Amino acid sequence: MPRIKTRLNGLGQINPMLVIFFLSLSILLFFVFITLSNMIVQQIVSDFSGLIEAVRDSSVLEAIFLSLYSGFLATLISFILGVPTAYLLARKDFIGKRIIESILDIPVVVPHTVAGIALLTIFGANGLIGDPLESIVQFRDALAGTVVAMLFVSAPYLTNSAREGFQSVDPRLENAARSLGAPLWKAFLFVTFPLASRHLLTGSIMCWARAISEFGAVIMLAYYPMVGPTLIYERFTSMGLSESRPIAVLLILVTLTIFVILRMISSGWRRYDRD
Amino acid sequence: MIEIKNIYRNWGDFSLKNLNLTIQNGEYFVLLGPTGAGKTLVLELMAGFYQPEKGYISFNGNSVGTLSPEKRNIGFVYQNYSLFPHMDVGKNIGFGARMRGIKNPKIRDMAEYLDISHILHRNPETLSGGEQQRVALARALIINPDILLLDEPLSALDPRTQEDTRKILKKVHEDTGVTVVHVTHDQTEARVLADRIGVMMDGGLVQVGTPGEIFNKPANNKVADFVGVENVFNGIVTQSNKGMINLDVNGNNICAISDYEKDETVYGCLRPENVTISKTEFESSARNTFYATVLEMELMGVLLRVKLNMGNDFNINSLITRQSATELDLKPGDRVVVSFKAAAIHII
Repeated sequence: MPRIKTRLNGLGQINPMLVIFFLSLSILLFFVFITLSNMIVQQIVSDFSGLIEAVRDSSVLEAIFLSLYSGFLATLISFILGVPTAYLLARKDFIGKRIIESILDIPVVVPHTVAGIALLTIFGANGLIGDPLESIVQFRDALAGTVVAMLFVSAPYLTNSAREGFQSVDPRLENAARSLGAPLWKAFLFVTFPLASRHLLTGSIMCWARAISEFGAVIMLAYYPMVGPTLIYERFTSMGLSESRPIAVLLILVTLTIFVILRMISSGWRRYDRD
Repeated sequence: MIEIKNIYRNWGDFSLKNLNLTIQNGEYFVLLGPTGAGKTLVLELMAGFYQPEKGYISFNGNSVGTLSPEKRNIGFVYQNYSLFPHMDVGKNIGFGARMRGIKNPKIRDMAEYLDISHILHRNPETLSGGEQQRVALARALIINPDILLLDEPLSALDPRTQEDTRKILKKVHEDTGVTVVHVTHDQTEARVLADRIGVMMDGGLVQVGTPGEIFNKPANNKVADFVGVENVFNGIVTQSNKGMINLDVNGNNICAISDYEKDETVYGCLRPENVTISKTEFESSARNTFYATVLEMELMGVLLRVKLNMGNDFNINSLITRQSATELDLKPGDRVVVSFKAAAIHII
């Protein structure tokens, strides 16, 4: 008899707070999942030929490819600039460090159209950077403009993730490497960098995803050549949902496939994070 | 020779103040002090991970000033061993050679020397603490360092492994003649391993001397409080019979439990609360009974620390209650009977 009682007690001890929290999780998950899957399923069920048409449309494919390509370039530049930045922020203390960190994070909180206006002002033909560089590289309505806009909004994601990664590597490992004869750059290359690599990959994926999804800043600086989101927007305003949705479905299927593959690669990597 | 002259460095909430220290080549030097005394920081300054704000450090007469750590030819073993988790044991040991561009490092020889050749392909995280310690030692020793810096090398190990590692450290020091600077808060460890000990407290060096000087003549009350309680003595086994040994400690015959063979030099540890003081001899199970003279008595809370001389420069401490002292009417200079059980002595 006492045994049954404990079991009943166990059931009675389901925490009401956790029930509510679980409910919140369910709503959020449902909201995201149903929104995206509904779009995809409806497109396939009600207008499969539209999707096929979009696949055959060279301007659609070009736009999607350009999204992936310019997003990749933005991520590459973010990596080259963000990794050293992140290492400094993770390892060194200097005056004004907190302010610098806040400044680097601003693109995350600025409305994207505001970012676009700012970018256009500086990279435009008469801008502080755009003007002197005009003979070498054009930003307005050019690939360089798309990449610069994407870089501005997505770089903080890589930098922050990389900083976390470097912080998770015990500085004593670097010290040990140095005592064994490694100059700082070798200690970084052979110890710190590989140990932070999982964070670096995750940061790069987030940075790339953010770059591909950018719309507001990109259309201000470089409406042409059209990236995926711009093309979707243009088709939507000129021809409506039926013409724009197939492109949206195509874009999300391509990017999701890539991200799932990258996630699988990164989760397969061993974790060396500090306990 | 390592010379540390007037080193000063401030870390905000902690500072090292005007530290002076000279360590001879080939010496086994132990920096002993409570947690937070700044011992590890001294090691890290020697290694060059930090630069002192004032003062200088020189190795063999050459100031190492701002010389970067990789150019100092030192071996450093951290308390948590700091093995590279993304490399197997063999690659960890070979790391120094790889960084220095040495071809064909003698990884296997080193591994065999420290008895870890069977784990060369294992990952560090699968190893026991003792094994990790030996890998870290192998990794540091393979570059033939002039100085081996050890940060609390035994503190994370269980007592059995501590004993093994202590022997390894002794062997390494004897075989290679490397100058060792070893940081610890454990006075037994210091006494057993050190040629000389430096006692550090609150960022300063309080006393430097041989173990005998430190433990028998502490420079002040703080040092005495820190080192002066536990009894550690060194003796030679004169007889060994079925787990019982007789030890000669400065001419006193002490009976203890251990498997050590005759003529071996060992250390005995005896907790002061296990030392009984009486005015007259009485029949008991304690195997060790001596006549002794009360040298000094010091209050430690509700207890009294009584320093006793057993003759021939052999002193031990006893902790007794104040009540016992009153009832025995104990005072310095008294002749008393001291007894402790053979089983109360821990032989290392």
